[in-house]
Amino acid sequence: MIEVRNVSKIFYPPEPIQALNDVSCKIEPGEVVVIIGPSGSGKSTLLRCLNRLEYADAGHILIEGIEVLDPKTNINKVRTEVGMVFQSFNLFPHKTVVQNVMLAQRVVRKRSKEAARDKAMSLLDKVGIKEKANVYPDQLSGGQQQRVAIARALAMDPKVMLFDEPTSALDPEMIGEVLDVMKTLAREGMTMAVVTHEMGFAREVADRVIFMDHGAIVEVGPPEHFFTNPTHERTKLFLSQIL
Amino acid sequence: MGIPTGGSPRRAKGAYFLWVAVFCLLILGTVGSLYYATQKVDYVWRWYRVPQYFFYHESVEIRSELDGEVKAVATDGDQTRITVEGEGKSLGYQVPSKGLRVARGDRIYPGDVLGSFERWRVGILLQGLWVTLKVSLLAIIFGILLGLFAGLARISSNPALKWSAITYIELIRGSPLLVQIFIWYFVLGTVINTLLARQGMQQLPPLWFGVAALAFFAGAYVAEIVRSGIQSIHRGQMEAARSLGMSYPQAMVQVILPQALRRILPPLAGQFISLVKDSSLLGIIAIRELTKATREVVTTSLQPFELWFVCALLYLILTFGLSMFVQYLERRTAAA
Repeated sequence: MIEVRNVSKIFYPPEPIQALNDVSCKIEPGEVVVIIGPSGSGKSTLLRCLNRLEYADAGHILIEGIEVLDPKTNINKVRTEVGMVFQSFNLFPHKTVVQNVMLAQRVVRKRSKEAARDKAMSLLDKVGIKEKANVYPDQLSGGQQQRVAIARALAMDPKVMLFDEPTSALDPEMIGEVLDVMKTLAREGMTMAVVTHEMGFAREVADRVIFMDHGAIVEVGPPEHFFTNPTHERTKLFLSQIL
Repeated sequence: MGIPTGGSPRRAKGAYFLWVAVFCLLILGTVGSLYYATQKVDYVWRWYRVPQYFFYHESVEIRSELDGEVKAVATDGDQTRITVEGEGKSLGYQVPSKGLRVARGDRIYPGDVLGSFERWRVGILLQGLWVTLKVSLLAIIFGILLGLFAGLARISSNPALKWSAITYIELIRGSPLLVQIFIWYFVLGTVINTLLARQGMQQLPPLWFGVAALAFFAGAYVAEIVRSGIQSIHRGQMEAARSLGMSYPQAMVQVILPQALRRILPPLAGQFISLVKDSSLLGIIAIRELTKATREVVTTSLQPFELWFVCALLYLILTFGLSMFVQYLERRTAAA
């Protein structure tokens, strides 16, 4: 599904930072991969490289066999297959909830207004926010906004969903509702890559956990092994600090 | 809303009315001293002479061109048709029945009045106001288009687009509008009209060169306003739109520009108010807009004070109307 081979990325200004250093990993169809690590470890950068929001400097990123880093690749087409959910939701504030979910369907998928609306309403129903379809995003709580953002990404019928710290900007009592939606997605067999600090979610839902530090993957493993019996010292230290 | 957050509402009430009174006093004082000043200058105020430059009553006389006789007078309601015959010719004239001055069989010499009527005409100030309004609106429309395009080019990563936009913006913003108007009219205008003449086409009137000069001038400022508006939209908006598979232009049109437009309305209003006033420079290329019209009337009437005050008032009406319209737009887009 997704194959990352020897990917490196350096951020320049103000001084060079090696954000990703020779990273390689694979995400199989239907798999839920959780990426954890201290801040600045490159986990968000890795996720953002997958749909080329950041352009990796070197290596290969293959999504369904298509090379993302090839400049000739139609990246817009790739991105319709790769849904993304952001830490800060990034809903379109000038559009209502249902319009947010409809917009890309109309503009990119060229669906009819009725088809887009039906799809949007059923997705809003799925994330449990159907009754707010006609309000503007600023009238919603953070948890509700994030659920709309998930519905917006799902509306493109993506094959993979990327979650970039989806609960980090939320009040604690709203984290649960967003995680519930993500768990439902995982159970339905969606391929997911999730950057998060929610260890409970990782333990319960992840098929594999990737631990990153200083732009490199330190350790990969199934959650039961990862949380109970980590091999690397760095992983042990990190887990001891957050658990 | 609003920045000041001081004072308890209960105590503020009395103070509020005190300051309202202070404001009223200030206004009254200013008006009073202005009036006092007008009394002190050695000048005869003749406000009654001003209205004629807005509307005036014109009496029109219809005169015969023939030496002959009135052959027929046929009245049909309001209009009367007079037929004059002489010198072997026959001519027909149409006059309003009320102003008929001749009867059948009258002897007519060339220049004799057959009938007369009065009509209201639009005065030179109102004509000038209309020209100013027309030039400003056209320049605003083209200025927005130019500014939008240049603003988008300004933030493009394509060096040809980006550097062209920077050159355009810096060149136009850095040179006097007066010089630009001269160049548009005397250099570009001559070239364009010569080329048109060679193709056997009609000449472009000065008005269009004036509109072009103003539009290009305003466009440079609008470009910077558009750029800052776009850059004020959070990066996440573009990322969210692109991550859904939208192309850059799609994301711009659907997501970024609608939000940016709302933010740039207040500075745009300021720019356009300034453009309305800048249009007063167009008099130098023979466009009779409000300022030139006023100058002409001042020359003939020798009433500079009244007319320049009126001129300023008319500009104020235009700019205030514009500012009200933009505020209305702001409220409307804020509601959405």
